[in-house]
Amino acid sequence: MNTDNHNMDDVLVHVRGLSFQRGERMIFDDIDLDIMRGKVTVIMGPSGTGKTTLLKLIGGQLRPNQGTVEVDNINVHRLSRSDLFELRKRMGMLFQTGALLTDINVFDNVAFPIREHTQLPEALVRDLVLMKLEAVGLRGARELMPSELSGGMARRVALARAIALDPMMIMYDEPFTGQDPISMGVLVQLIDKLNDALGLTSVIVSHDVVEASAIADFIYVISNGKVVGKGTPEELQASDSAWVQQFINAQPDGPVPFHYPATDYLEDLLAGVNE
Amino acid sequence: MEWLSQLGRSGLRFFERLGRGNLFLFYVLLGSFSLLGRGRLLLQQMYSVGVLSMLIITVAGLFVGMVLGLQGYNTLVDFGSEESLGVMVALSLVQELGPVMTAVLFAARAGTSLTAEIGLMKTTEQLSGMEMMAVDPLRRVIAPRFWAGFISLPLLAGIFSAVGVFGGYFVGVGLLGVDDGAFWSQIQNRVDFYDDVLNGIIKSIVFGFVAAWIALFEGYDTVPTSEGVSRATTRTVVHTSLAVLGLDFVLTALMFD
Amino acid sequence: MFHSKAIEIAVGVFVAAGLGALFILAIKVSNLSAFSDEAGYPLQARFDNIGGLKVQAPVTMAGVRIGRVDKISFDDETFEAVVTLKVYDQYDQLPKDTSASIFTSGLLGEQYVSLEAGGDMDNLQPNDQFMITQSALVLEEMIGQFLFKAAEGGTE
Repeated sequence: MNTDNHNMDDVLVHVRGLSFQRGERMIFDDIDLDIMRGKVTVIMGPSGTGKTTLLKLIGGQLRPNQGTVEVDNINVHRLSRSDLFELRKRMGMLFQTGALLTDINVFDNVAFPIREHTQLPEALVRDLVLMKLEAVGLRGARELMPSELSGGMARRVALARAIALDPMMIMYDEPFTGQDPISMGVLVQLIDKLNDALGLTSVIVSHDVVEASAIADFIYVISNGKVVGKGTPEELQASDSAWVQQFINAQPDGPVPFHYPATDYLEDLLAGVNE
Repeated sequence: MEWLSQLGRSGLRFFERLGRGNLFLFYVLLGSFSLLGRGRLLLQQMYSVGVLSMLIITVAGLFVGMVLGLQGYNTLVDFGSEESLGVMVALSLVQELGPVMTAVLFAARAGTSLTAEIGLMKTTEQLSGMEMMAVDPLRRVIAPRFWAGFISLPLLAGIFSAVGVFGGYFVGVGLLGVDDGAFWSQIQNRVDFYDDVLNGIIKSIVFGFVAAWIALFEGYDTVPTSEGVSRATTRTVVHTSLAVLGLDFVLTALMFD
Repeated sequence: MFHSKAIEIAVGVFVAAGLGALFILAIKVSNLSAFSDEAGYPLQARFDNIGGLKVQAPVTMAGVRIGRVDKISFDDETFEAVVTLKVYDQYDQLPKDTSASIFTSGLLGEQYVSLEAGGDMDNLQPNDQFMITQSALVLEEMIGQFLFKAAEGGTE
């Protein structure tokens, strides 16, 4: 479907012919994606297009109906459970809610993956945790419980936890949703900074066009299970696709209809009368 | 025709769930070996599952024993055999009430909190998050809770029965004037260790297994919404109670063989 | 993680209480203590009818428990019940002509074997048989005899 001319070694996540169905509904229909090493790739699309599902497919939490997902040249869905877990140690994921463990405090949350996967002495664990917390600016909040954090802080703690094992890539699930402008700005800056400082590969799923465009190196726009547009932010701005234009410029109606698919309006109203 | 297909649908759903439940149990048991080196996890769960249930079990056991003493005395005194009060109280507790009541109270006290905890962890993506951190929630979260419940229930049932016998003793000997020596000697003469006490312990072990399994599976299989969690919690109590009562009948029938 | 010491202690108390309760049930509430009794020597008694005597029933002498019923079998040549008693080793001075009877404790209670010493100078040896035994009283037989006697009395 598309011919990619970049070097295979630069591609960290290689998605080919991916189809995924939930019940009768087609979430993805034969899509191809390439996520470049060391870059920030943003996957955009309206709510309900299964962007979170895409991350779960890449992370191996869901199985596709068709197609392959390769991360670092390893086919994610051919792996045994233990090999998959090995791979996941090199992938971080930031959930929309943060998904912090609610029964332990901030420090222990960040220490959790370190303690689970390494036998490091406690003094070293402490140093590592404080370094990660410092990176997200929450070293002072280490004693707080997750319930005492604001949404933005919870996401930053989750980010510290995601980078605790120094992964090669991080997947962000809607990191900007429901944030006030300040914490949104903080998060945008953090993601950008961490990506460069740690040499990470970042995959961001988002529908916040402005923020995401600000840090994106490459953008995929997905709708109705298809990739409808891709390119650098500038290329997309200049795109002549009506669909991409509607999305980027936030127009209420267009190729994405305002109405959920329904029977004819008049018919529907009259149906009640006829009964 | 409609009800027939409805029946078929429910049947299919039932067996699907049963299958998932068994698979769940299989993986939990498989994941239990990693628990060997991590006693701290088990300890923490023994605390929240066992220690925190101790109060309600002790109080309930005491009162059940006292009621048995009172009721039993009123019946037995008509036959002039109130010395048998101890036997009646002890046998009822050790064979039936101890294991069954403890399992039902356990479902209400510890089972619901396990279901709600796991269900909320699922709803808030904590389980998913753990999986993405390459930590298997079945090993890290479920297995310690399962074993904690499995170990705690027989201990709690033992406490229930023992406290209950003393409750009966308190009412019978202390308040109603049954002879102290007769109370104990009758018990020791009639209550058999293998046929009665051991069978009661076996029952409570089986109940512990079932109660922990149901509570954790309901939590793990929760529909991740607030309504889903509340339904799952209710189901834990209902299913555990029914399973325990049904199994009690089966086990009793087997043991009397 | 903060109060791990307190949690350890609490769990320790819980496990100790649970095991203690099971121990109490085993020792104080059941007959386990009577089970693990000291060794005894066997004696045999033949009865015409043992009524409702059960294995593990007490064997008493002057009301004191000195052993228990070990085995009950049926001799199909003499049509008698053969009851093997186990008498504790410390009571090895039973005269040879001791008699064994089956009694009922209370009106509806369980049945037990009561021994009554005779005057012989020799003592019973292991596996000896009692010379004199008295069978259990069966309620129906007693009533039958009573009615029979009453009927006899009536004709006179």
